[in-house]
Amino acid sequence: MAKIIVVTSGKGGVGKTTSSAAIGTGIALKGHKTVIIDFDVGLRNLDLIMGCERRVVYDFVNVINKEATLSQALIKDKRTPGLFILPASQTRDKDALTTEGVQEVLEDLAKEFDYIICDSPAGIERGAQMALYFADAAIVVTNPEVSSVRDSDRILGILQSKSKRAEDGREPIEEYLLLTRYHPERVALGEMLSVSDVEDILAIPLIGVIPESEAVLKASNQGAPVILDVESEAGQAYIDAVDRLMGEERPLRFLEVQKKSFIKRLLGG
Amino acid sequence: MTDSGFRLKGSVVTTVLLEIQTFSLDDIVFHLKEKIDQVPHFFNQAPIIIDISKMKRGIRIEEFETLIQSVSSLGLGVIGWRCDPENLPAWKSSVTIPLLPASKARSIDTSPVIKKEECPDVVVKTVIEERLVPQTTKVITKPIRSGQQVYSEGDLIVLTQVSAGAEVLADGNIHVYGALRGRALAGVKGDVEARIFCKSMEAELVSIAGNFMLSDTLQDIVWKESAQVLLVDDSLEIVPL
Repeated sequence: MAKIIVVTSGKGGVGKTTSSAAIGTGIALKGHKTVIIDFDVGLRNLDLIMGCERRVVYDFVNVINKEATLSQALIKDKRTPGLFILPASQTRDKDALTTEGVQEVLEDLAKEFDYIICDSPAGIERGAQMALYFADAAIVVTNPEVSSVRDSDRILGILQSKSKRAEDGREPIEEYLLLTRYHPERVALGEMLSVSDVEDILAIPLIGVIPESEAVLKASNQGAPVILDVESEAGQAYIDAVDRLMGEERPLRFLEVQKKSFIKRLLGG
Repeated sequence: MTDSGFRLKGSVVTTVLLEIQTFSLDDIVFHLKEKIDQVPHFFNQAPIIIDISKMKRGIRIEEFETLIQSVSSLGLGVIGWRCDPENLPAWKSSVTIPLLPASKARSIDTSPVIKKEECPDVVVKTVIEERLVPQTTKVITKPIRSGQQVYSEGDLIVLTQVSAGAEVLADGNIHVYGALRGRALAGVKGDVEARIFCKSMEAELVSIAGNFMLSDTLQDIVWKESAQVLLVDDSLEIVPL
């Protein structure tokens, strides 16, 4: 039975798609057969981040409408074995996602895959609710600033009340906090909320802190998930996060302000 | 199931009672308007009952109908009238609004303190109908998130936090064994004895029986500490625990 993990946040631009791509890749690298579904119908982005935009022929909505089969729509990742992408439609809107249609697709995927990652669109409307409705676990992507934290809190409320698990009265969705775009220098200056501030407000277990990093932008533009950039701090932080998601213990890294080296200071860096 | 497309159910609403002592239309309208202007929010479209049982002299039906119209034109919704059953006027069945039975209402005077000599002829009273309510306590074990609203007909106990942007309401007391960051309204049906208790006071708003206080004021009194909120002589008191 596959585990369905939704990557959600409420707020836009916090790093949901980047995190979906990185975590999906990370799980596949551990040998689990994984599919990442782009629920952001109309604003298709996941294929760009994964670098497979030129290979999109059929999409999620085509499968729901039975215009294509799953095997036609699924794109096999070229870098990571056991990783597939189900892209969103760029020409449709979120109303194309019907509960029955999504359920059918997820049930079919569950027969073949170990993990199903649902990349949620921003907001709390239909698209976001469809992405989280069937989830077993949720990764709530949050930036260390008040509006993002408030929106994450709102999404946590929706996970508790509007998911299928909640409606069926089953075990609630497992909730994990992923703090992204973390900037230790700005936290030290009091311009950003600290890890403990956010943990205090949201009160859910933390699975990772991803530092703000140029590697993320570079990876997006190159169409390669940042987790594959093992030299970068962001890549390493995502590897840690995936390990924690799989139940391993990893100490938090990259939370401290890095002192500039003597030579860097000499060079005015 | 409902074959008829509707269901008849009993319901109790808090209404305002306009008790006429001396009939002087201009005075009544003037003073009533003054009251409404003090708390326009409270009176806007509020259901009102006109009570003429305390009137010393009788009232003609024309006068009474003019009174109804005047009161309605102030933005109140006249839902009925009351009269001393011993002293019913002859025109009682020709009035356009229903005659309501005298109730066993207990009244709370919400009028601001006015010196005896300037006391107007109109007294506005909030009437709370007495009824038996099972005092059920609701216990919430999970955080109440932004955008969520929880209401209890009795006491409300929250074992974790109430997030900013969330709202908890109770007819009775509210206990929050975590941080109270949202809005908490106790005694929403008018219980002035209701209290709010919390482990860390960081609320956006606290209210007891309609008397409220915002975070700006709270921050100067007790902040991020355990506290209780209670009503003393119509004003809220925040006391550290």
